[in-house]
Amino acid sequence: MSVLLIAEHNNKEVKSFTLNAITAASQIDQDLHVLLIGHNADDVAKSLSEVPLVKKVLHMDNEIYENYIAENYTSAILKHADKYSYIVCSANTFGKNLMPRIAALLDISQVSDIIKVIAPDTFLRPIYAGNAFATVKSNDEKKCITIRPTSFEAAETTGGSAEIEKVDAADKTENTKFVNREEIKSDRPELGTARIVISGGRGLQSGENFKLITDVADKLNAAIGASRAAVDAGYITNEHQVGQTGKVVVPDLYIAVGISGAIQHLAGMKESKVIVAINKDGEAPIFSVADYGLEADLFEALPQFLEELNKLNTIQK
Amino acid sequence: MKILVAVKRVIDYNVQIRVKEDGSGVVTDNVKMSTNPPDDNAIEEAVKIKEAGKASEIIAVTVGEEKAQETVRKALAVGADRGIHVKVDSVLEPLAVSKILKKIVEKENPDLVFMGKQAIDDDCNQTGQMLAAHLNWPQATFASKIEVKENSLEVTREVDEGLETIEVNTPAIVTCDLRLNEPRYASLPNIMKAKKKPIEQINASDLGVDTNPRIEHIKIEEPPKRKAGIKVSSVEELVQKLKNEAKVI
Repeated sequence: MSVLLIAEHNNKEVKSFTLNAITAASQIDQDLHVLLIGHNADDVAKSLSEVPLVKKVLHMDNEIYENYIAENYTSAILKHADKYSYIVCSANTFGKNLMPRIAALLDISQVSDIIKVIAPDTFLRPIYAGNAFATVKSNDEKKCITIRPTSFEAAETTGGSAEIEKVDAADKTENTKFVNREEIKSDRPELGTARIVISGGRGLQSGENFKLITDVADKLNAAIGASRAAVDAGYITNEHQVGQTGKVVVPDLYIAVGISGAIQHLAGMKESKVIVAINKDGEAPIFSVADYGLEADLFEALPQFLEELNKLNTIQK
Repeated sequence: MKILVAVKRVIDYNVQIRVKEDGSGVVTDNVKMSTNPPDDNAIEEAVKIKEAGKASEIIAVTVGEEKAQETVRKALAVGADRGIHVKVDSVLEPLAVSKILKKIVEKENPDLVFMGKQAIDDDCNQTGQMLAAHLNWPQATFASKIEVKENSLEVTREVDEGLETIEVNTPAIVTCDLRLNEPRYASLPNIMKAKKKPIEQINASDLGVDTNPRIEHIKIEEPPKRKAGIKVSSVEELVQKLKNEAKVI
């Protein structure tokens, strides 16, 4: 019985959600190995080996893994699947893309997006945009599981000294080619892990008006989120979308501005510790999940909010 | 070029679902059902490709109970040419659905298979990738832009960091994001015409596929409720509450 966790990284650093997945995986079984598939990613291997919960790092280094292609990762993982009872990764776009391909080839019914480990074969997972929680028991002998990263703490990253074993590369697909990746670089905290998130919706009315949001975000050192409506309307790019088909966030403070609160948006933020809603429609569903609701015109409220924040002597960062 | 589009019938995205008191599932009686939203985008994209003269036929397929035919009929009304309804009596896991779809692909030999990236009921996000695996076809998931080339597709995918573009050789599977396009509404004449388009019915049990569940649903329950919040009357009050009561800023 042991767990093989698939690391997400950019050949330089481990992605933070992998650390959350490590915590969840170790709750399933402490005999936890991490498979790192990459190119010139020795620093990543070293940092994974220093995670105390990790017992061993399998490092597969080859130029075919310079970019993440699900087909190439799948054949790499299948080379090692025999020896493990669980194959696990994070339920973000990385793991959602990858795990079902592995599960199908192993003839396993995958358990997606778990938020709690109840027993080694029993898990809690949200369904219907988080409007119901299902307790599910997997009866497959081997299990493929993806983990909702925001439901588990990130693992400690120092103090461990796991063995790093170099392993051979697997076959390369000829049918999928990486073309390019447009990453928007930002100095702000990452949306998925930020302590404070401020999100804008259709109420912002334009991309330019998102400046009202960014000004407050700068002051609070917050990440910027958006409703699907705002992304669909082109006010802001897709990686900011919070919701059922976007990102799930669980910050200490979530500020929803000009967001009505459609079911699919609530799915991405309603586990936040404190929720603030600013909306001029007092009947908007967002108020039903808000700890503090302010019925106001956002174009007046946001500048005032910034002004009030500026009056404070200290702000937690 | 032939495009197969898989569609699923789900509880309408606007319905606030209710959990059954006995913990066995959610209430579906007298609840509005619709096509899974990103499946509408999958159909729309196929129709656009056909309108651009790059596809010759669109087949809509669903796996579900008797009424699931409605979703196929809707696909026919917006431009699919014919339908296939694989009848099942119970709710299947994505693994079983992907095995059924593999049989349909083997029968129909499409060049492309499109479907939504995720069903909004079970939120599994598995079927397309699983089908790609069974067929050993390339997969382009979470597509927000598709460019049809000769023997390949260039697909822009929505990923956590932004956008990624990959090129996949056909035949290929594409799972569609909601931003791929703006699904059209069916016009009344087209709804009437769709009634004459053929829908082939196939019993899942005749396909020789193992559809037995591997996952037991022990309990379905409501998530913990948030305690009711308050309305504040001014921005000043809001900031004071956040500072002194919630202590988050």
